[in-house]
Amino acid sequence: MIGAALGALLSHWTRRPFQLLTLVIGLATATALWSGVQAINAQARQSYADAANRLGEADLPVIEARGGGDLAQARFIALRRAGWQVAPIIEGQLASGDTAILLIGIDPLSMPPGRLPGGAGFGAEPGAGLDADFLAPPGVLLTGPETASQLEGALPVPVRAAEGMAEGRAYADIGIAQRLLNRPGRIDRMLVTGPGSLGAPSLERIAPDLAQRRPSGEDDALGRLTDSFHLNLTAFGLLAFAVGLFIVRGAIGLAFEQRRPVFRTLRALGVSRNALLGLLAAELAALALVSGAAGMGLGYLLAGLLLPDVAATLRGLYGAQVEGALSIRPAWWLAGLAIALAGTALAAAGSFWQVARLPLLAPAQPRAWALASRKLLRGQQLAALALAAAAIALALWGSGLIAGFALLGAALLAAALLLPSILQGALALGARTARGVVQDWFWADTRQQVPGLSLALMALLLALSANIGVGTMVSSFRLTFTGWLDQRLAAELYVTAPDAETAARMREYLAPRTGAILPIVQAEARIDGQPGAIYGVADHATYRRNWPLLGSVPGVWDRIAAGGSVLINEQLSRRAGLVPGDKIDLPGGRFNIAGIYSDYGNPAPQVMMGLTRFESEFPEVPQLRFALRVPPEAAADLARALRAQFGLGDDAVVDQAAVKALSLAIFERTFTVTAALNVLTLSVAGLAILTSLLTLGTMRLPQLAPVWSLGLTRARLARLELTRAILLAAITFLAAVPTGLLLAWVLLSIINVEAFGWRLPMHVFPGDWLRLGVLSLLAAALASLWPSIRIARTPPSDLLKVFANER
Amino acid sequence: MLDVRDLRKFYPGEAGPVPVLRGIDLSLGPGETLALTGESGSGKSTLLHLIGGLDHPDGGSIELDGIDVTALDDAGRAALRRRTVGVIFQQFNLIPSLDVARNIAFQAKLAGQHDADWTTELAARLGLSDHLHKYPEQLSGGQQQRVAIGRTLAARPRLVLADEPTGNLDEETGAAVLGLMLRLVEETGAALLTVTHSDRLAARMGRRLHLRHGRIAR
Repeated sequence: MIGAALGALLSHWTRRPFQLLTLVIGLATATALWSGVQAINAQARQSYADAANRLGEADLPVIEARGGGDLAQARFIALRRAGWQVAPIIEGQLASGDTAILLIGIDPLSMPPGRLPGGAGFGAEPGAGLDADFLAPPGVLLTGPETASQLEGALPVPVRAAEGMAEGRAYADIGIAQRLLNRPGRIDRMLVTGPGSLGAPSLERIAPDLAQRRPSGEDDALGRLTDSFHLNLTAFGLLAFAVGLFIVRGAIGLAFEQRRPVFRTLRALGVSRNALLGLLAAELAALALVSGAAGMGLGYLLAGLLLPDVAATLRGLYGAQVEGALSIRPAWWLAGLAIALAGTALAAAGSFWQVARLPLLAPAQPRAWALASRKLLRGQQLAALALAAAAIALALWGSGLIAGFALLGAALLAAALLLPSILQGALALGARTARGVVQDWFWADTRQQVPGLSLALMALLLALSANIGVGTMVSSFRLTFTGWLDQRLAAELYVTAPDAETAARMREYLAPRTGAILPIVQAEARIDGQPGAIYGVADHATYRRNWPLLGSVPGVWDRIAAGGSVLINEQLSRRAGLVPGDKIDLPGGRFNIAGIYSDYGNPAPQVMMGLTRFESEFPEVPQLRFALRVPPEAAADLARALRAQFGLGDDAVVDQAAVKALSLAIFERTFTVTAALNVLTLSVAGLAILTSLLTLGTMRLPQLAPVWSLGLTRARLARLELTRAILLAAITFLAAVPTGLLLAWVLLSIINVEAFGWRLPMHVFPGDWLRLGVLSLLAAALASLWPSIRIARTPPSDLLKVFANER
Repeated sequence: MLDVRDLRKFYPGEAGPVPVLRGIDLSLGPGETLALTGESGSGKSTLLHLIGGLDHPDGGSIELDGIDVTALDDAGRAALRRRTVGVIFQQFNLIPSLDVARNIAFQAKLAGQHDADWTTELAARLGLSDHLHKYPEQLSGGQQQRVAIGRTLAARPRLVLADEPTGNLDEETGAAVLGLMLRLVEETGAALLTVTHSDRLAARMGRRLHLRHGRIAR
């Protein structure tokens, strides 16, 4: 019985291979977009985890300064003498040419076995088998092979590649790292590597200014910082998956509708309800697995294509290193197939419910896709209203990134569910303008097609809204960012000296040749419990006039120059809830917050203090970088002269235009992935329209034949079919504009603030909408071209069959 | 073989349940043929559906080969329709995505009683040998009904139920199809219960019962 019944069910697909292809393409595309994004995220997270776990920081307690900042190495010695088992760590960015790495200094003798960076030079026992090169000057930097080749010959210390080491990170003995980072005698924190000796005094007693942080994998700063970026990617993957599911829902719904008579016949001939449902479930599960596997392959290719851009973005934004090669993980395959099955189940749930409730003796004619859909329309309206109410509630009372995305999802789904009503309303209005019987029929027939096309049009609405929303966000960001760069990069030249002695000579040389020499100094510190940076800023008109302040107290720059006040970036302000007038604890004491500045492209907390105060708090930080104020026309000559005079490389003297170009390039690359997903989502929506029109094509004959018999030519009917698709796409586009703007607002005002810590003003770009509108109409015209041509070429004998009893 | 006692059926109506069958008694032996006639709404099709296990009665009993059909659950009734009963519908109800050969063999395969020789012979006797690879939409109404008859008889059911089997065919085609059906049913030894409006069809059956307002009139 099973074989015969399954054969009858499957024969539907062999007779309608295009419908099968639609289902497979829809599911494969949806799975590909989702699993591709997941593969990228998994690869990035694996890289972070590898890096974070290298020293076991994810599961060992850490001792650090209570107010942030670094520590004297003597503190480590004192704790060891008191009986504490601790290991010192120092870390900092080390730049060489185009390559910047995170240098981590460790003391291999105090690190426990198994916690040392893997690879050459280390044995299983602490201190045993250590490579003498690692400990003795000039020392060795251990890093991944790719980073090692980039750094070869660029540092005063030999660099050695070690298998299994993370790229972008290098390990060195702590003494060598201190020298390379210009922080002699300093450490950042200590790992608690084991229980203290009996009678060891408590930390509160011997070092009340130090705090012990409990281990937590999720406390990994890099993971936390990049979580928001990955959540953004996941949301886009989910949106693309949802758009793909509309195709799947359409294909499954149509297949079930067309097979209603078969279901009834099977039941009448002795297939029980449960057996029928079981067979249908098996059929769909098989299709889902095949399509899902194809989608996983596509997703893997997609991830491979997008990963370099994502890696560049993560490096540019967060300094996070992600390996460029994608590795295949069994969990990823299983999750991908599971999502394909779950998506199919979701898309087929409604159809299954109908089959389960299908009365054996009910009229079994295909209903031409729920033409009697007034009830369905009312249900959709109610669901849309409920979702809109949920979105409003989330906007008013929700908080956090998840709530932001939930708001986004609810608003988009509400708009999609409302679309059929909007289309019906617009077409009813259009019908009032009808002149003549053909136009009358055209409007009425178009309204009749809405239920059948509504799923594809909903997918188009989602894709267009996402395009408008994300496009508006990116363009607003670009406009704000370029303006911000103009303010922030006010100096004409930026120069970096290789060492303190050259820097001093350079200042002497530059003094008569420039309007101002503004040192750029920076110290890494923990601010508000997170790794961040403190900058020293000179008291100069360049900052007073240009620095992009979002809010400040009166006399802000005088207060900064006086040393007791600081400026903080917007990210820190939002995260810690700090406003001008509040106070903040920093290394060196408690400071007043005099102002907040915008700081795009950086999720970490940042503080600016007066240069004089900075010098007294961080005397060990050398002044190697300077911003130079010169007449713009003299900048190029001075840059050349500086390079010649001090033997500097191109990277050491950079003009404003080059810095801006670099910053904008990083910015553009950040959104490459988003743009790619946008285009893919729109393509999927176009595909949804094409497949819907083609699959509905066969049902059109009984509707078109009477009109043809009354005197309309097939060519005219085909032209009207084309017009209908364009008209529906145009109305959908008009509905997508406000939806897209709402999406942009949510992204700019809620998601970005939660994810990155900055809020951007929203700008609108009607030119972009126009371009997208034309594109969507073209896509609709293209999608309906083939079905229209098929109508134009329908043999009269096929049309006549509609009137014969033999059809 | 078939024993129906005091069979009752109601349909819900605005003013309460409307009786469709008000206590039907009938019996049918192996190889017997019976025509059920009556006006529209007299309950003929409902009676056929109840006997075939396609619907539930509200009272009375149906015994088929010693099995109480009314006591069967969904799966039991499905098994009955597969193995014991064959139904020929007015609307043919062929599987549109299967060709003629596979449609004819379909129910026999469902019942696990497929006999390739018998199926081929049936197709030949029904004049369908040249159409075996055509799909239902490519056939005339008469040809489609012959496929439906073939599908039913290929499974060698003990009881054939036919609901207006020629109702969708012109008189000449209907008569030809009916002749074929009667000959083949007789050869398989099955009992046949046919619902019809046609006096000519009813006259060719062994017995005739007339239903009026849910009761047997004569």
